[in-house]
Amino acid sequence: MSDVDAGERPGKFGEYGGQYVPEALMPAISELDDAYRRYVLNNEDGFMDEFRARLRDFGGRPTPLQHAETLSSRYGFDVYLKREDLLHGGAHKLNNALGQVLLAKYMGKERIIAETGAGQHGTATAMASAHLDMDCEVFMGERDINRQRPNVFRMRLNGAELNPVSTGSGTLKEATNEAMREWATTVEDTHYVIGSVVGPHPFPTMVRDFQSVIGTEARRQMEEKLGCLPNSVVACAGGGSNTMGAFDAFVDDDAVSLVAVEAGGSGLKIDEEEDLAPNSASLSIGEEGVLHGARTKLLQNSDGQILESHSVSAGLDYAGVGPELADLVDDDRVRAVSVDDDAALSAFHRLSRTEGIIPALETSHALAYLEDGAELGEKVVVNVSGRGDKDLESVVEETEKRDIEGAPSMGVFE
Amino acid sequence: MSSIRAAFEDTDAALVPYITAGDPTPDATAAQVRALAAGGADVVELGLPFSEPIADGPTIQNAIQRALDAGMTPDRFLDLVRGLDVDVPLVCMTYFNLIYQYGQERGVEPFVEAAAEAGLSGLIVPDLPVEESDALKAACDAHGLDLVFIVAPTTRGDRLDRVLERVSGFVYVQARLGTTGARADVSDQTHDSLARLAEADVPRAVGFGVSNGEHAREIVAAGAEGVVAGSVFVDIIAERGTDAADELEATARELKEGAVAGVAPRPERT
Ligand SMILES: Cc1ncc(COP(=O)(O)O)c(C=O)c1O
Repeated sequence: MSDVDAGERPGKFGEYGGQYVPEALMPAISELDDAYRRYVLNNEDGFMDEFRARLRDFGGRPTPLQHAETLSSRYGFDVYLKREDLLHGGAHKLNNALGQVLLAKYMGKERIIAETGAGQHGTATAMASAHLDMDCEVFMGERDINRQRPNVFRMRLNGAELNPVSTGSGTLKEATNEAMREWATTVEDTHYVIGSVVGPHPFPTMVRDFQSVIGTEARRQMEEKLGCLPNSVVACAGGGSNTMGAFDAFVDDDAVSLVAVEAGGSGLKIDEEEDLAPNSASLSIGEEGVLHGARTKLLQNSDGQILESHSVSAGLDYAGVGPELADLVDDDRVRAVSVDDDAALSAFHRLSRTEGIIPALETSHALAYLEDGAELGEKVVVNVSGRGDKDLESVVEETEKRDIEGAPSMGVFE
Repeated sequence: MSSIRAAFEDTDAALVPYITAGDPTPDATAAQVRALAAGGADVVELGLPFSEPIADGPTIQNAIQRALDAGMTPDRFLDLVRGLDVDVPLVCMTYFNLIYQYGQERGVEPFVEAAAEAGLSGLIVPDLPVEESDALKAACDAHGLDLVFIVAPTTRGDRLDRVLERVSGFVYVQARLGTTGARADVSDQTHDSLARLAEADVPRAVGFGVSNGEHAREIVAAGAEGVVAGSVFVDIIAERGTDAADELEATARELKEGAVAGVAPRPERT
């Protein structure tokens, strides 16, 4: 866990980060910052011990680092899969959700709210809330509810209340707006569990710390297995929590290249006429601005209005990105690349067929980048941020529209 | 003295209505502002619509969407202000990113300069807490604009002092937790907040939920120097479209009369 206080003010990463939130929330985020320092950074009352024990017993950590044999022979370099898809809930999201719900409990809060895109964070928060006996309400865009239905069922089964958001394009940005409004109303007894390394300080730093177990384990597993570090670590980036989680333990190892793979959607451009970006590639083509509490790279028009983004993957479909990741990209420590919807779907089918692992569509972006990965080096760790069960309906629909090599005939699913 | 401060000095109980510029069309706004002024508004808050209004409830979110759909932009907003021939001071309420992106170079200076030149008297930026406001405050000072801050029910102690050190024009007292929107009653938090702000050396205008003359009266009777009301006016525009002027004027008059009626029982300020 590194330097919360780096930079001019806590929570600044170069020019990025900060706390751009309504005044009503400022006391709550100062209180949260204080709790973060005490419980997370200083392990007060044994918080971190309890967190690690619960991640192990409830979450199933550590997750394996698996050598992917077929992919390795396809590419001519060794691919190691960090299997966050095997974490309870089926994605890396539980690392953060469990950490924050437990922290809320230590803080004496009574109620949890969360936003969700793919529904993985909502599901993880619902699970953690049920596990720790907290009330939970999740905000989710209507478009995402329709494309991630299994997660909607799971949240309800875990006792969470689901609040559909119909404004705008009905995706993650709108769900986040609504969760922030709800927090501003109920801040005195409620904790808002943000689902990625975004939002006002201390969220980007705190979420990174909860997720950093991914890279810490992967680093140790590489050393145990092979006695060396990987040449590259590759992870998809929506808000960037699985990304920062995988990278954090390697940031100071200059020899390890860190590659963040964004959603190129159907084209890497911004359409000013229509005020939309047919992608979610804020690190690649975004401009500096302020959204949801932080200064970061954003998809926006020249006036500063935030654009509707697009990705076949609901969990990447977001106009912003974590401020620390934006700063690491500016510093050339992290390389931002993108792959489009088609390439992600192909990678989804490739992993399913050749390795027996059905990845999340988000993760499929990281896997797709291996196709262009000649310069990744001999040993490459890919963070398999989640499993694809939630995506099966979308995959059938999207595969039917395309000609994907090796995909089964989609007729069999009717 | 700034024109906003003077407007508060000129009356016993100020009315500060809010409307979203460009709702339902960019051409409709000038007549709406004139109607509000005719009804007794002392300062008018004009919303410059941003795509992600996280501090606003459904009523104003919808107004913002209508205004954006009708083509309102920062440049058009400033043109509109330039063309307004009213003698009430105008305050722009908008979110930080629009201020930050304005002009050729990123930063707050170009917008503040253009705002002052267009004739605005102040800014309210609901997603900019004092901690992030150094640059904007400096630019506002340099160009003679007031920077209004919001004090929430949760703003206490050191935070409150920091806000009061920096605020100018008036302090916007948020009557309750949550987002903007008309409500049925005046909250207890209003009384609390006014008490905490008794020492403030700027006028205190209470907003969030104020929707009729009786609210305005109660708030002024509790000690406020003014009331801010938005959703009640935005609702009228939502219903009447481009034909809202008469009703805006009548409602402004009702609120202004309510506010003034609260003056007599108002406790003396120390
Ligand atoms: C499996 C999976 N991977 C990645 C993401 C993207 O989020 P982040 O970039 O914060 O890791 C999501 C978000 O829902 C997800 O469900």
